[in-house]
Amino acid sequence: MLLSLQPRGEASRAMLWFSPLLAALLTLLSGALLFALLGHPPLETLKVLLVDPLGDLYGVSELLVKALPILLCALGLAVVYNARIWNIGAEGQLLIGALAGSALAVNIIDWDSRWALVLTLLLGTLGGAAWAGLCAWLKTAFNANEILTSIMLNYIALNLLLFAVHGPLKDPEGFNFPESAMFGDATRLPELIEGLRVHGGFYFALLALVVVWVLLQKSFLGFQIKVLGLDKRAAGFVGFRDKKLVWIALLISGGLAGLAGVAEVTGPIGQLVPQVSPGYGYAAITVAFLGRLNPIGIVFASLLMALLYLGGENAQMAANLPQSITQLFQGMVLFFLLACDVLILYRPRLKLWARKPQLVSAKEGPAT
Amino acid sequence: MPESQTARLQLCGITKQYPGCLANDRIDLSIQPGEIHALLGENGAGKSTLMKIIYGVTQPDAGEIHWQGERVTMRDPAQARERGIGMVFQHFSLFETLSVAENIALALGAKAGTPKQLEPKIREVSQRYGMPLEPQRLVHSLSIGERQRVEIIRCLMQDIRLLILDEPTSVLTPQEADELFVTLRRLAAEGCSILFISHKLNEVRALCQSATVLRGGRVSGECIPAECSDLELARLMVGDAEGLEAEYPKSEGRAPFLRVERLSWHNADPFGVSLEEVDLEVRAGEIVGIAGVAGNGQDELLALLSGEQRLSAAQAMRIRFLGDDVAHLRPDARRRHGMAFVPAERLGHGAVPSMSLADNGLLTAYQQTGMVEQGLIRRGKVHAFAEQVIQRFAVKTPDAQTPAASLSGGNLQKFILGREILQQPKLLIAAHPTWGVDVGAAAAIHRALIELRDAGAAILVISEDLEELFQISDRIAALSDGRLSPQRATASTCPVEVGRWMAGQFDTSDAPVSTSAA
Repeated sequence: MLLSLQPRGEASRAMLWFSPLLAALLTLLSGALLFALLGHPPLETLKVLLVDPLGDLYGVSELLVKALPILLCALGLAVVYNARIWNIGAEGQLLIGALAGSALAVNIIDWDSRWALVLTLLLGTLGGAAWAGLCAWLKTAFNANEILTSIMLNYIALNLLLFAVHGPLKDPEGFNFPESAMFGDATRLPELIEGLRVHGGFYFALLALVVVWVLLQKSFLGFQIKVLGLDKRAAGFVGFRDKKLVWIALLISGGLAGLAGVAEVTGPIGQLVPQVSPGYGYAAITVAFLGRLNPIGIVFASLLMALLYLGGENAQMAANLPQSITQLFQGMVLFFLLACDVLILYRPRLKLWARKPQLVSAKEGPAT
Repeated sequence: MPESQTARLQLCGITKQYPGCLANDRIDLSIQPGEIHALLGENGAGKSTLMKIIYGVTQPDAGEIHWQGERVTMRDPAQARERGIGMVFQHFSLFETLSVAENIALALGAKAGTPKQLEPKIREVSQRYGMPLEPQRLVHSLSIGERQRVEIIRCLMQDIRLLILDEPTSVLTPQEADELFVTLRRLAAEGCSILFISHKLNEVRALCQSATVLRGGRVSGECIPAECSDLELARLMVGDAEGLEAEYPKSEGRAPFLRVERLSWHNADPFGVSLEEVDLEVRAGEIVGIAGVAGNGQDELLALLSGEQRLSAAQAMRIRFLGDDVAHLRPDARRRHGMAFVPAERLGHGAVPSMSLADNGLLTAYQQTGMVEQGLIRRGKVHAFAEQVIQRFAVKTPDAQTPAASLSGGNLQKFILGREILQQPKLLIAAHPTWGVDVGAAAAIHRALIELRDAGAAILVISEDLEELFQISDRIAALSDGRLSPQRATASTCPVEVGRWMAGQFDTSDAPVSTSAA
């Protein structure tokens, strides 16, 4: 018996939708198997991981709090990845966004105007965009590979942030903890619902979703970005300005990541701390691909990713499982999705008997 | 001689199914020792698949291969070579920075010896078959014809019994092709069988003793080419298509639209071609054809004309269109002036393979009114435009949402050309408009070009197919090593003269026409 793959000739539309469902099912099965082997009741543990976190309104609010930064970063990545520009630097752009916003916020703690928030958010967004702009400049001026430059800029961003909280932005009355002062109320994103942590960043995420969707699906700019990504020579043939497009795509991506960062510090956190992000910028890369670079798909993918973050925490407390359960499930989802995506272009065939090879060895030579 | 009774190669019922297409359907073919056998067929008829099966690149789903009477399976090309089968592909696989001997040594493997050891044998083989070639020369300094010799000599270094040539003359001037035929006849006289794949009927008739014609994956006929007319052969290849024998009236041309004056361009690529003082004029209502063997500056000239390669503003007057300097403008700006372009490569240059036909229509037509409004794409207009192209030019496709890559070469070319023509350009520049296109589609493309010309547009066609240029162009010139020959009315020149231009001899105005026109 032999399982073989046959090319379909063209992509299967049914599989495009079915593949994520199949991947989810396989992830659940493998997870259950893993829990059983570890001696936990599989179904109950899955429930602890994936259902219990959403048991009440507080859980839903926490889910959104985690999903918002991932969603913002991933939407930006969808734009650059459509241009086949591999920006791995959403994490760094997010941190710079948080840092730039905080630098302003701690200096205007006493302000009482709404402009304080507007300026802070704007500065954070610009900071993220500028950080991605560095990649764009290095790429267009020196043809430097953006994968390398954006990763390296992540480390620089993290160290800048650490420097800031240990030095210039450290709270003078903070007992020498590496944290900034708490921001003034005027620079805080308001809570959406009294008593829950979900905040005004929700509206920005909705706005970004609509803008990115229109950009990629409806606008001519998005069309140019896609053509550049799919076929550089065709883009040159019709005279699209490739350098300009690289700049635009990276600035959008960096700006959204910066907005995610500044929304974190002005939203749920309220001050600049070293752990602004538990790796949202990296998770967003997985999310962007899970969502197939499609804004709507990315919404679902980021909710799933946030659920895994929450569930991981819950599983630690309720089932005594290690925190790495989160990464394990993130990894499994991506792994199974990539594996199932093969079925979009290939059709599995089960051969029940092996055909006898009809071979005449070359050594027998030609008969004369 | 037992060999004369058994066929060198016999194929029985070879069938190969690819997803969505039956590439080979029960094909029978038999080649005798010392026979030059033609495999004729339009693109997509299954010639390449059959060759790959013979050479062991792919395996048939059904059918038998008999090699000198023995049933065999060709698992891979190495096995085919071991049996004495050699193949010269259309696109050469040579390392440009290495010498001839080094390239051959690499292909033959370590057992054959070092490049130094091979040199005497290379000289001997090249002399015996009348293909002069210096083993120590670097490949990048060789002409295309010489590179092909390297590939052929590589095959002849082994004990060869069957040589497969895939459209070998498509890269040669008529004179070079004649030289190649002398070599092939000598080789056949020594008992080597030759499988000659081509769609040029006059060559097949001149060279081959027998022919197998494929159509749509099946053998549509076997014949002796010398006893068949072009029309009979063409009918076997394409069935009853219109326009096979079409002759178009020549046109005079009116006001000059495009003027290229002393256009020189230095190519930074050491293996590329630089252009030298190119002078060219294309008038309204005429087709100017530029002949030439590939790699003589066609790509560079097209890039400069289309704006993919721009000159500085100081050099802008080198290319003038309707009185405006355009040499410094981007492609989109030139299109706004009324120029349109069809590049040589359909997929990956003229069209984005994975995008739909509708999107590929938008790709070059986006400056047409109404397609893009306030930065947003008007899907309805884009779709209607693509549908219009599909209908007007009889593009065979399920619908406008089909990705470009899934169309056959001919249909995609009809779409690309139609996309440009429907934008009503004043000047159309097309490179290799019928390259790799079946005869039926080629006739349709020619008719479309003639129609556009008669509507008053200026047309420049760059092509390697001399027959095509003589059929459709009103004036003709040739590129050789970055220089352009004088342009002459097609009616007052002949393929032999153009062949000399292609070889770089431009001062041949009074040379007698001795050999008959190809």
